[in-house]
Amino acid sequence: MISLSRVLAVFMKELVQMRRDRPTFAIMILVPIMQLTLFGFAIDTDPRNLPTAVELRDDGPLTRSLLASMRQSGYFKIVAQVSTDEEGESLLRSGAVSFLIVIPENFEKEFVRGERPQLLIAADASDPVAAAGPVAAVNEIARRAFAPELERLPKTLRGGAPPFEAVIHRQYNPAGETSMNIVPGLLGIILTMTLIMVTSIALTREVERGTIEALLSTPVRAGEIMIGKTTPYILIGVVQTAIVLVAARLVFSVPFMGDPAPFLLALLLFIFTNLMLGYLISTLARTQMQAMQMTFFIFLPSILLSGFMFPFAAMPKWAQAIGEALPITHFLRVVREVMLKGAGFAEIRDDVWPIGIILTVLAFAALARFRRTLD
Amino acid sequence: MKNGLVIDVSGLTKKFGGRTVVNNFDLAVPRGAIYGFLGPNGSGKTTTIRMVCGLLKPDDGAGKVLGFDVRTEASAIKERVGYMTQRFSLYEDLSIRENLEFIARLYSLDHLRDRVEASLKSLGLTDRAKQLAGKLSGGWKQRLALAACMIHEPELLLLDEPTAGVDPKARRDFWDAIRDYSAEGVTTLVSTHYMDEAVQCDRIAFIAYGEKLIDAPTADIPDLVGLSAWRIEAGDLDAATKRLKTAGGYDVLARFGAAIHLAGRDGAALKRALDTLEGLDRLSATPIAAGLEEAFIYLMAGAADNFAADNFAAGDLKTGNFTPGDPANAAQARGVT
Repeated sequence: MISLSRVLAVFMKELVQMRRDRPTFAIMILVPIMQLTLFGFAIDTDPRNLPTAVELRDDGPLTRSLLASMRQSGYFKIVAQVSTDEEGESLLRSGAVSFLIVIPENFEKEFVRGERPQLLIAADASDPVAAAGPVAAVNEIARRAFAPELERLPKTLRGGAPPFEAVIHRQYNPAGETSMNIVPGLLGIILTMTLIMVTSIALTREVERGTIEALLSTPVRAGEIMIGKTTPYILIGVVQTAIVLVAARLVFSVPFMGDPAPFLLALLLFIFTNLMLGYLISTLARTQMQAMQMTFFIFLPSILLSGFMFPFAAMPKWAQAIGEALPITHFLRVVREVMLKGAGFAEIRDDVWPIGIILTVLAFAALARFRRTLD
Repeated sequence: MKNGLVIDVSGLTKKFGGRTVVNNFDLAVPRGAIYGFLGPNGSGKTTTIRMVCGLLKPDDGAGKVLGFDVRTEASAIKERVGYMTQRFSLYEDLSIRENLEFIARLYSLDHLRDRVEASLKSLGLTDRAKQLAGKLSGGWKQRLALAACMIHEPELLLLDEPTAGVDPKARRDFWDAIRDYSAEGVTTLVSTHYMDEAVQCDRIAFIAYGEKLIDAPTADIPDLVGLSAWRIEAGDLDAATKRLKTAGGYDVLARFGAAIHLAGRDGAALKRALDTLEGLDRLSATPIAAGLEEAFIYLMAGAADNFAADNFAAGDLKTGNFTPGDPANAAQARGVT
């Protein structure tokens, strides 16, 4: 039996406290903007203009055409020309350049003869993500650069294998899809981060300040405190979502293809689930510090195993099992399907009910953990 | 309610991690009484009060508070009890009015605004209603806390060291308010270690080491403690004090203005100590009836800090073996013989 008056009492109190706690309030609003900027602009997994050195042991129209194409591709910025292997190696090792491209002796001659000369590309692989895009693109760049020359070659050399050999790592498609994929995913990350964090201290703060004693000496019930303490933050979650969606549309040109109604349902469910997860943490943690640590314990799998950073299907089974238990995994699928693929309720249903189950489990666990005494 | 008792509990016991904090505690408080809990820090006062209002579950014992079972009907008790915590436990980031409104809503009170206004007015807080609680001084915080625990018009008030750290004027005002409530039939249980608060109570329970050692009307306490007392005046009180300290044999030596009050349970030893004062200028020693002050000093000195002496056997004071301030006793308290 829950008294609406008491839920309202806790709700209003939390609203006032939230308003007075300006720094926290500001962080809740600034985090989405900051994250969007970081992930949307600054963190680009498809990097451009990487410093590159070239070692030309041969020179001719083919070589010049190749270098021009590389500049045009935007991946490579040729900053140095070296004459020996050692010189190139040292530039690469010191980090002055990320790539070293070597055109071997007699490259033009062998190319024309159809002897498939080697095009050597040394990449600074200490940042594999940064290297992957340009390396994968090199083959295509070279093919295009040599296209006019190829026209002039005998028919026997056209088609089939390219008339040169380059090291290729096809790790992922550098088609420039990152912001399309990341911005909707960020919505899930932002809601998870901020909402869990803010409710994880809901009770520990009362314990640390000693206010729990006055609170518990009143007739207020566990469920009333739980609902009253979590629901004010639904408003925050909705505001954050609005910020992300507006930015997605105006700044990153990410479309919103689907139906808003099922999206809203999944959104509210997901927001409430995160608040409940935070609240459960606050029933477990003894201090605000512990609550923060537990929150970070949730963040890591939420970012790594949810499909936000790495493709879900490529993960091993056990990692997928953990991922399925996280609300964000299901929410990310919903967001991407609704925003990018225009999914309706029928398509997202299978990801909405797991969030509902997780929410129910969390709420009961929190109620079971809550102590109405100071024992 | 049986026998008109507001609190009627017996055998209350509470352990924290194997340490018995309250042991086999009986308490009977009649309606309208102001009942004092006197005892040093760590003696179990707070724990007992928390068990009475349902904030802690007793490990053993049973009883009724306001006619409701203390173990199973905590919710009903909470609705009818006002508990003022030792440490200020309202919200420092809420204003006075917001705090009162919050508490009033939790008790599902009707005419909320009127009640809050009335409460602000009766405690003289109207002008400060918009001030944040965290910005208030100790005395004002304590007024606010009292207002908050009175807003639902409880039948029983539990006050845990309500005037600790509050100036004498505020303390007097506070007690005037408690007296008014008492006249209206509100029962008050108050814990304290201030003498001037203890004398305000109708009845006193003295607690040490989790056990109740004395439970009697305030006026009977000096007789129960059984002290003989002398009032000593002399030209040079410092010299007198020095001689008495050398002689020993007393339990209480306290300066009251221009006189020394000397008291002890052993009348003969007291007399021997007085004899050492012979020859002092303008000396006069007159036997007086030991008052509450002497009795409290005696009691409180006996168990200065209960956290420091876990092995003390509480039976000592009951059997009369316990001599406060005696080094032998301190050794005994630490389990050394």
